[in-house]
Amino acid sequence: MERIRMVFSGSGGQGVITAAVIIAEAAVLYENLVAVQSQSYGAQARGGATKADIIISDSEINFPKVNNPNLLVCLTQEAYTQFSPTIRPGGFLVTDTYYVKTHNKVAARQRELPMYQSVMDNIGKPVVYNICMLGAVISMIDIVRPESIMKVLESRIPANLVDINKKALELGLKLGEQYNK
Amino acid sequence: MNEKIIKFVQGNEACVEAAIYAGLGFFAGYPITPSTEIAELLSVRLPQTGGKFLQMEDEIASICAIIGASLTGNKVMTATSGPGFSLMQEALGYAVMAEIPCVIVNVQRGGPSTGNPTHVSQGDINQARWGTHGDHSIIVLTASNHQDVFSITVDAFNMAEMYRTPVILLFDEVVAHLREGLTIPEKGALDIVDRLKTSVKRGVDFHPYLPREDGRLPMSDFGGIHRYNVTGLFHDMWGFPSSDPKVVHGLLRHLVDKIENNVYDISRYKEYFLEDARTIFVSYGSSARSALHVVKNRRARGERIGLLELQTLWPFPAGIVREKCSEAQCIIVVEMNMGQVLQQVKTAVDNPDKVFLANRIDGELITPTDIRNIMRLIQGRGV
Repeated sequence: MERIRMVFSGSGGQGVITAAVIIAEAAVLYENLVAVQSQSYGAQARGGATKADIIISDSEINFPKVNNPNLLVCLTQEAYTQFSPTIRPGGFLVTDTYYVKTHNKVAARQRELPMYQSVMDNIGKPVVYNICMLGAVISMIDIVRPESIMKVLESRIPANLVDINKKALELGLKLGEQYNK
Repeated sequence: MNEKIIKFVQGNEACVEAAIYAGLGFFAGYPITPSTEIAELLSVRLPQTGGKFLQMEDEIASICAIIGASLTGNKVMTATSGPGFSLMQEALGYAVMAEIPCVIVNVQRGGPSTGNPTHVSQGDINQARWGTHGDHSIIVLTASNHQDVFSITVDAFNMAEMYRTPVILLFDEVVAHLREGLTIPEKGALDIVDRLKTSVKRGVDFHPYLPREDGRLPMSDFGGIHRYNVTGLFHDMWGFPSSDPKVVHGLLRHLVDKIENNVYDISRYKEYFLEDARTIFVSYGSSARSALHVVKNRRARGERIGLLELQTLWPFPAGIVREKCSEAQCIIVVEMNMGQVLQQVKTAVDNPDKVFLANRIDGELITPTDIRNIMRLIQGRGV
């Protein structure tokens, strides 16, 4: 398989690091793949710009950071401005229409999705926003199954929250899949 | 059948799991980035396994607490980063002198001083060797991925017991915070060295510093059935202070020889594509991941390039470096400091003029591109 390099970026509290850990853990524990996840540390954890790197592969991963992602998620304007020039040509650039106004053409497949709005309209709880984003992501890269994401979630969150997370994941999958038709 | 336990964890957690596997019974520490998760996780895990966790008021107290706990028969550990490791140096020397087994984790961050807390560095190599005063020898180990963090941590506990010495685990921020897969070995899969306890019975004189024929020193749990003295002064076989030149000479020789005479047993390293390599990277910790990335890429194009990854940094495995690099035309030490291991490699090899440094010191992990660019400069091919 081709090595998938992803960057999730946004601001502290949006859950991008948690989402990165979940998808990488799902790949390792339930897809029998190799994955590494890292993040930039510091003020990011307290409300500034946040960035998480994920690499998923079927062979050993040595250098663990991502310079040029195949898939880049930007959930704030600041993250979009900072990281969109780094995308690998032909990769996916995922933004949220609520937070990001795209301005330049990049050599990537741009996916402007109303993820925040959909979560608020259908679920009403922003806490599962990152899971909706994960749904959109896995619909594009197709290497981690939704069941695997749910297995990780079930091991990490209280039972009464599993349903709304599942709903958010499905919402994201639907938003992402509209491009696959 | 035992199902393999696979986890997706940070390097710090791999160290914690390995310490428990090796029989850790007591941890005292003061949390500091980027080692904090070790204390945090042990505060949960140790009580579950019957061990004790103590958060201390500072790093000096932390290392003193583990030294005392070790004497009572426990396997012990503390974890810190540069500033805390600096504070620990005096008591580290005490543990060397009194020959007290203990494991000290230093997850390196940028220094000197409080430096660059959340960023990576490998600047404490020489401090780990010579941070405490006086002639001595010490064991310092490192690793570049979580499976190796696990096995090298178990090795650290084993060597601490085998040689009755502090062992330093010198990890770095990238390995400590990176998450990747870890397979926990089954019980019994890795050898565990237990505390060597004296067979001397109650009421019979116990000499805490009288070696057996094989050179090892059996211990008696402090506060148990024997009374004996422990001191940082030069001491005789009873543990009492002595400035008799024969005693002083004999003890210092012993402290150095018990480690330096066993360099080959203590040396841990990994080699990649060295057999016909013309260019050899020597690296360790997270830098070795970047170096290996370059090696694999270049090998795929037919270049004769290899990597010698050091896991034992001290005692420096000079003989191994010399032997492995004997056919190389160019040796490039990849590290994140101003050339601390570079100097050792230059001393070890036959021709120090062919040893070069590829480094990065700005708090970011050295990248394969950095290494490739430095290689081009070394080879006179421009940027």
